[in-house]
Amino acid sequence: MTAEMIREAPSVACHPWSRHLLRADHWAMLAPPLELLALWADTQQVHALFHAAGEHLLASVAVTDRRYPALSPRFPAACWFERMIRDLWGHDADGGVDARPWLDHGKWGQHAPLSPRPRPSPGAPEAMEFLPVEGESLHQIPVGPVHAGIIEPGHFRFTAQGETIVRLEVRLGYLHKGTLGLMRGKSPRAAARYAARLSGDSTVAHSLAFAHAAEAVCGTQAPPRAAALRAVMAELERLANHLGDCGAIAGDTGFAPLPARLGWQREAVLRAAGAAFGHRLMMDCVIPGGVQSDIAPGGAEAILQVLAGLDAELPDLLRIYENYASVVDRMVGTGVVGGEIAARFAPGGVVGRACGRAGDLRRSPGYAPYDKLAFGVPVHNAGDVGARMQVRIEEIAESAHLVRMLLAELPEGALSLPLPLASGEGIGWAEGFRGDIWHWLRLDGGQIASVFLRDPSWLHWPLLESAVRGNIVADFPLCNKSFNCSYSGVDL
Amino acid sequence: MVWRHMLDRLRHGPATLPAAPIDEPTTRALAERLAAASQARLGRSLAIRQIDAGSCNGCELEIQMLGGIVYDLERFGLRFVASPRHADVLLVTGPITRNMHEAVVRTWQATPDPKWVVAVGDCAIDGGVFKGSFAISGGVDAALPVDLTIRGCPPTPAQLLDGLRSLVEANGQ
Repeated sequence: MTAEMIREAPSVACHPWSRHLLRADHWAMLAPPLELLALWADTQQVHALFHAAGEHLLASVAVTDRRYPALSPRFPAACWFERMIRDLWGHDADGGVDARPWLDHGKWGQHAPLSPRPRPSPGAPEAMEFLPVEGESLHQIPVGPVHAGIIEPGHFRFTAQGETIVRLEVRLGYLHKGTLGLMRGKSPRAAARYAARLSGDSTVAHSLAFAHAAEAVCGTQAPPRAAALRAVMAELERLANHLGDCGAIAGDTGFAPLPARLGWQREAVLRAAGAAFGHRLMMDCVIPGGVQSDIAPGGAEAILQVLAGLDAELPDLLRIYENYASVVDRMVGTGVVGGEIAARFAPGGVVGRACGRAGDLRRSPGYAPYDKLAFGVPVHNAGDVGARMQVRIEEIAESAHLVRMLLAELPEGALSLPLPLASGEGIGWAEGFRGDIWHWLRLDGGQIASVFLRDPSWLHWPLLESAVRGNIVADFPLCNKSFNCSYSGVDL
Repeated sequence: MVWRHMLDRLRHGPATLPAAPIDEPTTRALAERLAAASQARLGRSLAIRQIDAGSCNGCELEIQMLGGIVYDLERFGLRFVASPRHADVLLVTGPITRNMHEAVVRTWQATPDPKWVVAVGDCAIDGGVFKGSFAISGGVDAALPVDLTIRGCPPTPAQLLDGLRSLVEANGQ
């Protein structure tokens, strides 16, 4: 019903899907079963990406008098986006459920930096306001922004009753670097460096989504060899991150052998990536139009050798993990994401696939070269730490399989095509190791006029807040690691 | 099961990389600076507190590798600690975002003297690609006195290890 309303609204050219400009009263009627995947803005409109029964829909509403109708009363995931839109573009969500600042901590010296005329911000920043908590024998534990480990900064406000977490409120924005503003006025090639640095652990996947968006606007497609090399890099990135995460999750249960050996395997993958593509994390290797350079001589062999080593050791390591009841016991039933809340937030990636949501952008809507490759997308239903671990373990095998298939039949030919100076809009996507990444951009004479980069973590963080409720405080690191959300990715 | 695995590992020896020679000029420069500051000797062991002040998390990924069995930081007397109050060295990554500026300064103030600041990664040196953004103060030196820089985007674990070992060596001289 509401999907119909979007389809019937007047459309604006956007590639490959047109964007529909809704009347404000229609926009205000949008509701589930539509799934909200992203919400962002430019100086005149607010845009949303929805998913409905296998189809993706782009909808927009005009901003009138700095206001637009809120989606958050019906889509809880809209909440953080609406706060971000207010902080960056200065558009207020009418009837929104949370009007507190998000990225803007009052320290930029200006309000709404992406609006045509940012207003100077008055003096001292206000203290952060947290959700009120009432009840017997509750206490609060403030953590961060500087954390105890080697991780990104953010503030976690726990409310606990004894050992049990009653509420977790996450406050982010500490890493805001003004990325979207820095990208404006640059060519896609120049701006790709920022997409590559939105979240370093997903540098390949974000570069890929960005390249897809730019190529959609320009009507260009990366040559087959470039598409295959991009996929090799994307799968190596997934492998390296999943190996690290599986080790770290086991490490957070106090089980040292797994992080030690999986860390070693992760290092091996990073080295092979360095040997093959010239950079361990493969940063700036995927560019709009293709890839920066060819795979180095001996690179494929180095990668295959690492995969052989992984094959030889992984089954043993997994048997150790599965046979340690005390490790598995910490993971099973811990940090559960229930089916109902998952349906409301529509998470992709590992978090989604661990609670029964089978989505994977490599399959649907799909992109080259995955349309020609057979691979499995593991799905589990328990929604707990154990399920998220299991999805990663199974994806390691799938990624290794994909890399082998890709390297066995690398197409010959060009590595990149020049992008014509184009004007227009496009949306691009890629499945990163965390999940679905969406990039939208508008080019004006070959330069970026407006852009938004949506990391999967936007929909994962709120679910982490929900999943830790009822768990003990000591299990928070375990839950957090099993989500492994990006801070920088959502701080923009 | 795990025992068999451990025995297997024992037979094949440690996976840890042999240590490469340390960069002499860096060590000398650091040693001179330390002597000039007439700071108390800390011994050949340093406790490191890492702070992400605005990084994309690329630097964190490589710093995390230092603790693993391949680079095994602790064999050089270096270890990561959870609190700035236990630290000799602050290892700071990223441009300093305006939203992190105060937290970075307060972490530094919480670190007892004598202390060193190591700026890690191209962003930490001058803001890197984010230079000029309204949302950043600049490189690490916009907030803290920097003693050592380690370049790279991100620096490799081997480069990080070289830089940190120079610090230990300088400290011992």
